[in-house]
Parts: sequence; structure tokens; C-alpha cells
Amino acid sequence: MDTEMDQIYQIDVGNLLAFNPNHRFPSAPSSREELVKECVTEGTKLVQAIADTLFNFPSTETVDGPLVQLPPPTTKLPREKHLPMPKPPTKWEEFALKKGIQKRKKDKIVYDETTDQFKRRHGYDRVNDDNDIPIIEAKASDEPGEDPFAKRLDDKKKRVGKQEKNRLQNLKTAAKAGALPSHVQLAVTALPISGTKTQPQKIGKDALGDVAGLAATSTASGGKFDKKLPGEKPPKKQGKHHKYLPVVPRYGVVDEEKEQTNKVLGKLLSKHSHEILNVGKAINMYNDKKEKKKSGRSDKLKAKKDITKKKPYANKAN
Amino acid sequence: MMEIRTPKTHKAKRVLEKRAPKLVENGKKTLILHGTKTSATLSAVLMELYRLKKGGAIKYSRRNENIRPFESGGETSLEFFSLKTDCSIFAYGSHTKKRPDNLVLGRMYDHHVYDLIEVGIENFKSLLSFSYDKKIAPHEGSKPFICFTGEGFENVPELKQLKEVLTDLFRGEVVDNLNLTGLDRAYICSAISPTKVFLTHCAIKLKKSGTIVPRIELVEVGPSMDLVIRRNRLPNEGLRKEAMKSSKDKPKKKVKNVDQNDVLGKRGRIYIPEQEVGKNPLPDKSKGVKRERREGKLKKNKEEGSASKKLKGSE
Repeated sequence: MDTEMDQIYQIDVGNLLAFNPNHRFPSAPSSREELVKECVTEGTKLVQAIADTLFNFPSTETVDGPLVQLPPPTTKLPREKHLPMPKPPTKWEEFALKKGIQKRKKDKIVYDETTDQFKRRHGYDRVNDDNDIPIIEAKASDEPGEDPFAKRLDDKKKRVGKQEKNRLQNLKTAAKAGALPSHVQLAVTALPISGTKTQPQKIGKDALGDVAGLAATSTASGGKFDKKLPGEKPPKKQGKHHKYLPVVPRYGVVDEEKEQTNKVLGKLLSKHSHEILNVGKAINMYNDKKEKKKSGRSDKLKAKKDITKKKPYANKAN
Repeated sequence: MMEIRTPKTHKAKRVLEKRAPKLVENGKKTLILHGTKTSATLSAVLMELYRLKKGGAIKYSRRNENIRPFESGGETSLEFFSLKTDCSIFAYGSHTKKRPDNLVLGRMYDHHVYDLIEVGIENFKSLLSFSYDKKIAPHEGSKPFICFTGEGFENVPELKQLKEVLTDLFRGEVVDNLNLTGLDRAYICSAISPTKVFLTHCAIKLKKSGTIVPRIELVEVGPSMDLVIRRNRLPNEGLRKEAMKSSKDKPKKKVKNVDQNDVLGKRGRIYIPEQEVGKNPLPDKSKGVKRERREGKLKKNKEEGSASKKLKGSE
């Protein structure tokens, strides 16, 4: 804070930022050059104020010049990405915590008893290599026909598979908590609804567009009032799909509309029409309709017509 | 079925780790692009802004027709570019009849638009038009001084937002140690009216003075322009709170008088003030005393009742 008369600058040394809130620029426009000059002089004062505090910091001399430790900035600016979530402990870490198992650093070079040499722990020519064992002694619990070498290979495969499964599980729990490690991306390749284990084919952009269009226009209003996502393009074929036959028959071509109606009639009046048309049902439907029209309707709102009452005699003379 | 995608090369892994969200973040990179039409001044502005921010800016040269930052659907392209280039600030220039020499400065949070401010550029002077001694020319990537003058930056909300955006834009990396010989540039922003800001870029000349602190002299070198505030969009209140959160906000409160013991579990200590036995008078709870008080109360009530009756009778 630098006090000069009544001017107090707000200085943020961490950002090399200075703000003078008290200067008033003349509202009457003086010439451009004078305005520029005024701005630069005000700026010089502010930079001088920051430099005063900056050069008074304890500095260490280096090859390039005096190095100064900057304080952290005081103006709060928004972050560019969200805060990272703390990683949930893996199953092994939980177990180790519970049991009190400490991590021990392993050496890269280990002493091999069989060859009396120092060998590396992992990699080429390693200690305790599975493939190097020439003889496996038979135990009392071994079955006669079993191959112990194959068994060892099998066991190793199982162990590797189990570890891979556990690793995936740990990543899934981390993804659930939103704390996936930055270099891993977990992608869902299949919907869990489908029962098949085969991977679904990758659908192309055009096919997806067609399907989306179909879905949109299959609503009663033809997809007119559907809420659209930002950036979504309108469906290719908008509105309802109607197929209209030409009204005027083209030269040489049979009248399509006539053909259509004739086809239907033909089917109904043909010898085998009883297979298409359920005559009994049709008759029943017709009769029901007729009866409903004639006899008393069950309209409770409408006053029931009293048939016993006679109409007033209309004078024929009038 | 979940598929794990991990990078196949070490370089890719390092890039992904660099772009991951961290407690202490890297400096924000700027994306500079333009829309369908640009004028000569606007293309010069964008080019010079890119030169000023050389180490931390990416400039796209093709025109982008479907970017409209202020419309709800027009920011998808921007967000995609921000994701691909890992840029959190963008400067989008466009020139239309309604808004000539238009520059939209915006910031992103998690690669989604956080806030926008639109300014019009007037009285632009390119850095080529300034003549100065080449020795004092500022070096690329040096940390600048940023100065704001004018009460407008405190009173007008749009100017307040512009101040924040300009600080973010010009700030560069946040460093712990600073080499004092490398200070050679300053940005001066002056609020000459509630809607206009004069921005200029100067080089710093350090002159000998009697004390350790050198005398500062500023020489205009860089582009200078007038920014006229047009539209702006402030961030959502909830989003703003989330973006301003930092890990050092509330240091973990040390819980006192509680300790963990493996054998006995969690134990706490309670402090009771000293009981002064014999000093305080004990309450007299003997039966006789109680009855007397009760009877006494009854008498009192009777008297009061008769008194009120008397009053009533007199009325």
C-alpha cells in the first residue's frame, strides 16, 4: 500500500498487478496525445510503486541476475479445471492399512543362492525364474497323471488374470468417485442391457443420422415439438411421411389409384373372401350399430323420449 | 463391458498428465481465432496479441463460421477446440456491420464457457508504427507488470469483469522466483470513461537512482487500442463459487483434546472448572419450607382476587 496524498494503490505483488482506483480522467476530451501521455504517466507511477516493494525483497544472486522470492498472488482468479478428487484407496491399500502392512522398498539386484551370483529381480536372467526349474519333486498330494510344469503355467495364468480383474475393479471404483488417474480413459464399449457377449458393430455417422431421423418423425406430430440439443441438426425428412399417388394417370401407365381400390374390392368379393373377411363378425358389428341408433340410448344427459305420449295434433288447415 | 484406454507411448502419457486437473495449475493458454469476416485492424490485433503471448497461445488461421459465443448453441465448436488444444482463454474476432472490429474475450472452466466479454476495438495503433530503441524491446515470454487506472474498474461491473479477464490474459505463469533483470514489459489499462478502456503496451527502462530501487521509465512499444465495452456474460453464481475454490481455502481445523489410541481407540479430554465445595449455599429443600411457600402463595392469590373483585364492584 503506497500512500501519496489521498491516492492509495491496490498492489498485488504476486501478479505484478497494481490498481489505482482514485484517478479521474477528464470527461472533456483533451487531445489524444495528451490522454495517452496522462495514461502512461499514471502507469509509470503504478509500476514504480510495485518496483519499490519488489526491489526491497531479499534477493539471491545467481548467474542471470538477482533472484527474488515472489509472494503468492492475492487477487483471486478462477481456476481453469476442477479440483482433483482424492483417489479412493484400492482394495490392497485398505487391507494393508487394516493389517498394518508397511511398504518395503525392493532392491533391483538380488543374491541368487543356486548360482551364487547377484541377479536382477525382474527381466532377462532373473532370480527365481519359473522356466529355469529343471526338476520338480513329486509330493504325496500329487495325482499320477498330472504335469506339474503345465500346472505351474496354469497357476501363473490364473494369478495374472485375477490381478487384471482386480486392477479393473480398482479403476472402476476410482472412476465412480471421479478420481481416475489422468492417463487412463475408461470407455464403455457395450450396453449392459443386451444379453449377448459379442461386441456390437460400430454404427456409422449416416446410419445414426437415419435412425435419429426415424425416431424424431415417429412421434404423432412428426417430430415438430421435440426438444433439440444444442448443435443438433434438423432431421433429414421432416414432418409426417405420406405417399400420395398421382391424381392424373400418366400416359401409358395404369391409373394407380384406381388399381389400388380395385385390388381391395377384388379381394373382398372373391371366392375366398371369407378368409379375409370375417362375415359373422361384420354382421354383428353392423347390427349392434343399428340397434344403438334406434333403441334408447343410455345418454343420461339427454331426456329420454316418452313414446307413450302422442304428438300434438297438427291442424291441417294451418 | 469397460475398455481401458491407456497411452501407448511415454510422451503421450506425459501430455495427458500435463493436461490433467491439478492442485496448482499451469499457466492458461490462449486460443486466438476469427469468424467469418475480419477487417484489417482486427486481423492485425489478433496477430499482435498472438505475438505478445507467443509461448502460451495458439492461433487458428482459418475462418470459423459456426462459432457464435453469445448464442446457446454456438459455443460447441469453441469448447471442442479448447479441449483439443488445452486452452482456457480465447479471443474470438469478427467484423460485421452491426459490430465492427469485434473481439470476444472468454474464459473456460473445465472446457465449458465460464464467462464472456465483448469489446470493440477503436484507434488501433500497430506495434510496427512505434519507433523505439531496439535494445529496450521486451523479450518473448517475460512476466509483465499490469496496471489499471480509473475508478471505473471498481464501480462499473462490466469493467470489473474486463479487469479480471485482462489480468488472466496477460498474467502468464504464476512463478515463485523472479529474476529482476527480466522485467521489461508493462500493460497499462486506463478506464477513460465508464464504457471505454485505453490499453497500451510499454517497455520498461530502469534508470539509476540513489537507492536500490531503480527509477522506472515507460516507453510505448506495443499495440495500443481503445476497447469499447459491448456485451458481456457473467458466470453462473454456482459455477463461479466452484471455480474460485482453492485447496488452501480452509486449512484443516486441528481438533483439540482428542487423540487416537490403537489400544483404547478414540479418546477425548473434558475440562471441568474447579468445584468450590462449601462456598455455594445449598438449596433448602426441606418439606416444611415447601409447604409454607405454597400456603403463602395461596394467600397472596386470594388477596389479589378480592382486590380485583372490589375494583369490579366499584365499576
